[in-house]
Amino acid sequence: MILVWLILIPFIGGLLCWQAERFGDRAPRWIALATMLLELVMVLGIWAGSDFSLPAQGATHAWVLEWQADWIPRFGIKLHLALDGLSLLMIALTGLLGAMAVVCSWNEIVRRVGFFHLNLLWILGGVVGVFLSIDLFLFFLFWEMMLVPMYFLIALWGHSGSKGSSRIGAATKFFIYTQASGLMMLIAILGLVFVHHSATGVYTFAYGDLLNTPMDPQVAWWLMLGFFVAFAVKLPVVPLHGWLPDAHAQAPTAGSVDLAGILLKTAAYGMLRFALPLFPEASQAFAPVAMTLGLIGIFYGAILACGQQDLKRLIAYTSISHMGFVLIGIYAGTELALQGVVALMVAHAFSAAGLFILSGQLYERLHTRDMRQMGGLWGRIRGLPGFALVFVAASLGLPGTANFVGEFMVMFGSFGVAPWTVAIASVGLVLAAVYSLFIMQRVYYGPPQEESSLGGLDRRELALLFGIVALVIFFGVYPQPMLETSAGAMQVVQQSFQQAGAMMGGAQ
Amino acid sequence: MMAALMAISPLILVCLTVIVVMLSIAWRRHHALSAVITAVGLNAALLALLFGWSQGTVAVTDLLVVDDLARFGGVLVLISTLACVTLAHHYLEGYDGPRDEFYLLLTSAAAGGLVLVSARHMATLFFGIELLSMPLFGMLAYTLRDRGALESGIKYMVLSAAATAFLLFGMALLYAMTGTLDFDALGQALATQGSDPWLLAGAGLLLVGLAFKLSIVPFHLWTPDVYQGGPGPATTFLATASKVAVFLVLLRLFQSALALHENWWHDLLGVIAVVTMLVGNLLALTQNDLKRLLGYSSIAHFGYLLVALVVNDGLAVETVGIYLVTYVITTLGAFGVVTLVSSPYTPTGGPADASSLHHYRGLFWRRPYLTAVMTVSMLSLAGIPFTAGFIGKFYIIAVGVEAHRWWLVGSVVLGSAIGLYYYLRVMVTLFLHEPGMQSRDATHDWAERAGGMVVLGVATLVILLGLYPTPMIDWVHWVAGNSAY
Repeated sequence: MILVWLILIPFIGGLLCWQAERFGDRAPRWIALATMLLELVMVLGIWAGSDFSLPAQGATHAWVLEWQADWIPRFGIKLHLALDGLSLLMIALTGLLGAMAVVCSWNEIVRRVGFFHLNLLWILGGVVGVFLSIDLFLFFLFWEMMLVPMYFLIALWGHSGSKGSSRIGAATKFFIYTQASGLMMLIAILGLVFVHHSATGVYTFAYGDLLNTPMDPQVAWWLMLGFFVAFAVKLPVVPLHGWLPDAHAQAPTAGSVDLAGILLKTAAYGMLRFALPLFPEASQAFAPVAMTLGLIGIFYGAILACGQQDLKRLIAYTSISHMGFVLIGIYAGTELALQGVVALMVAHAFSAAGLFILSGQLYERLHTRDMRQMGGLWGRIRGLPGFALVFVAASLGLPGTANFVGEFMVMFGSFGVAPWTVAIASVGLVLAAVYSLFIMQRVYYGPPQEESSLGGLDRRELALLFGIVALVIFFGVYPQPMLETSAGAMQVVQQSFQQAGAMMGGAQ
Repeated sequence: MMAALMAISPLILVCLTVIVVMLSIAWRRHHALSAVITAVGLNAALLALLFGWSQGTVAVTDLLVVDDLARFGGVLVLISTLACVTLAHHYLEGYDGPRDEFYLLLTSAAAGGLVLVSARHMATLFFGIELLSMPLFGMLAYTLRDRGALESGIKYMVLSAAATAFLLFGMALLYAMTGTLDFDALGQALATQGSDPWLLAGAGLLLVGLAFKLSIVPFHLWTPDVYQGGPGPATTFLATASKVAVFLVLLRLFQSALALHENWWHDLLGVIAVVTMLVGNLLALTQNDLKRLLGYSSIAHFGYLLVALVVNDGLAVETVGIYLVTYVITTLGAFGVVTLVSSPYTPTGGPADASSLHHYRGLFWRRPYLTAVMTVSMLSLAGIPFTAGFIGKFYIIAVGVEAHRWWLVGSVVLGSAIGLYYYLRVMVTLFLHEPGMQSRDATHDWAERAGGMVVLGVATLVILLGLYPTPMIDWVHWVAGNSAY
């Protein structure tokens, strides 16, 4: 039942925020913050009280908690929630970044505060739903549902952007990309259900039942592609990334933090939870293509990031680049690589959120995100550039930060499977250094535009940034608790994937 | 005999209501009284319908059959009509012309709908369609001093006449070739001599006639103008009750008289379905008029619905049922809000309907609950999860996937993606606030009025069915199971 509450709390909190607007602007903010902290405390409580030891050899899941109830018996659809190490980490991340999103928009959002927090919390509720649902119908519902509040967040509180692109346009683009690809996934889900029905005579959307559905390899290939497209749009994988830079550029800071920190992770989570285990053979066959796409993403994102003038667009492109590593790690499928993916997802959530929060704070002071109008800020803002240096270092994967752990494990784990891919991908790390230094050089060094001081960071901003820095460095130095938590879940994925590989190897 | 009378008692009650309203008008004009009599009569008919459910299938002469599908259609028609009555009462409140006759027309049209859903003979099909359409001409042109309404009424009349001509010609050809007008007998004839060109021509013309009423491409040209011009309650009736009744009779035809199981037939229908959903969605993209936009969107929705008829197997009947339920309640919500915001002939309203999109700018900051209803309706039309519309779309995709009609399923996805653009545009308009825009508003007491309550209730239903669709699915599943031929 606690799983249901994890989903309900943000939704209820959102409604409270909306209604609390009549008591002034501060009430919704405090309610939203309290809601997210409650969510976080509950997850940490589960974490402390559960046992994440490795499951038995050949187990198909590693659930720590499970809850189900009948919903639509006509099609065997159930309200079926379950939690394992991977979803626990992701939900903890959601709670944490959700609280950060509330704090970082404390001064930024001044209009319609209650309705803003309603949308913000409903996104987070939808995301938690995605991480917990293991009934495919329910999963799809949450997957699509979280787009609606995100749409409002960008469309109503976004910045009217540069070069005539409007925030409504960006929001619409985001929505159409993700919704259309989501319908592809719905087709694939239904295809899978009907294949299962024709094999067994039972309608079911339950993850556990649909695993190991016997099917024709060609059918499996198409169904896998349906899932992959939906996740690839959200991740994003390069030919399908068109919505991301615009959405980030126009979104308010809280929206960017959620988008980069959590929403992108739902895609990687979907691949790990659904695409790989449901179609191991097809995924194994698809792995070279996916890895190539990952490589393209790494270079494309990094090169385009170097050419951006808009700070938030630049960070958005670096996300594409980092997600390329995630994609390679997922389809390498070794245990080390998969664990690296988890570490990289968490690390990227922190570093990207940090950079977006910083760019939001710069915007509050300078009212621009155009880097041509920045420069020389090191002397003008006390404190902020130092934090920027830490996050930039994390983003380029400097040892000692969590990003290094993730990238290193992904590359180390993938080398045995695809040495050339890893060799080329490592060149991408050089580009990461280039764009990271560009940020520092253009924004903080160089001749200042004016001499006047822009003021330092206040306590709220300092606490927020210190918190993220501490987490980045803590997981960079001691990632073990995180890795132990996700080990069981990742082992399950790895086993099904490797078995498929072994079988295909045997067949050849 | 008794059983037959019992079975058609809803129809009888609706017809009685027409007469009582007419007599009451002759006696004394009283707007509220006419509305109340109509509502009471329709409610009585609805109750009679629900009580008759235990009777099972009852054949009433050779012309009508009252089975579960007919009762299902009857419920939808009566509920839509009831919603229209409450909306009309609000809408016509300040109208300075005669107000009471609107209910007369509305109830007559509802009787036509009830005949249509239980028709099993070409004669009743024709009778039902005409009884449904004729009062609609009057309803659409009811506020005849408004140019738009008059134009819409006349346009609908002319095109309906053309459709009737097609319908009659088709029936004549079928009768000439087979000597019968009974659906089942026609079906047998078509099965034995299906390749006869005259027979096929007859079936084709019949379909063209019905396609006019459902505004299926390429017979959709009247839709946007009529939707835009007609007074709110009349358009609501046209978009809900009238379309549901015609579609259900089409479904019945496909189960009996037109049950052709040949590839070219399915392919042809499939092409029509694809074209309908794409054209409807594409043309809606550039509209700046909410009622026109909803008109095009309804074209697209009937394109989706055609997928079920193309498949005509497995889940098809259930899909039609579910989709019609979700479509009707969603459309009632959307048009209900349009009607309430229009409120012409009141101090806050303007001369005609508030159909232009900029009238709705920033409505959220003035009327949050009304806007919530509209937002929910738009989300449901777009098929977003946790609204009833998603369940409908889920069924459409399921029925396509089950029958391996990948092109159709692909077009549904494409159509939905295009559709999102304009639904989102409407939604975001409601929330934007630009000062100095000319805007319209509902009357202040809208939520306490019957029309407002209906709209709020409908929106709640959309959400509830999106969250817990099991009762609806069980009901429709049962109906579909009982009425399969």
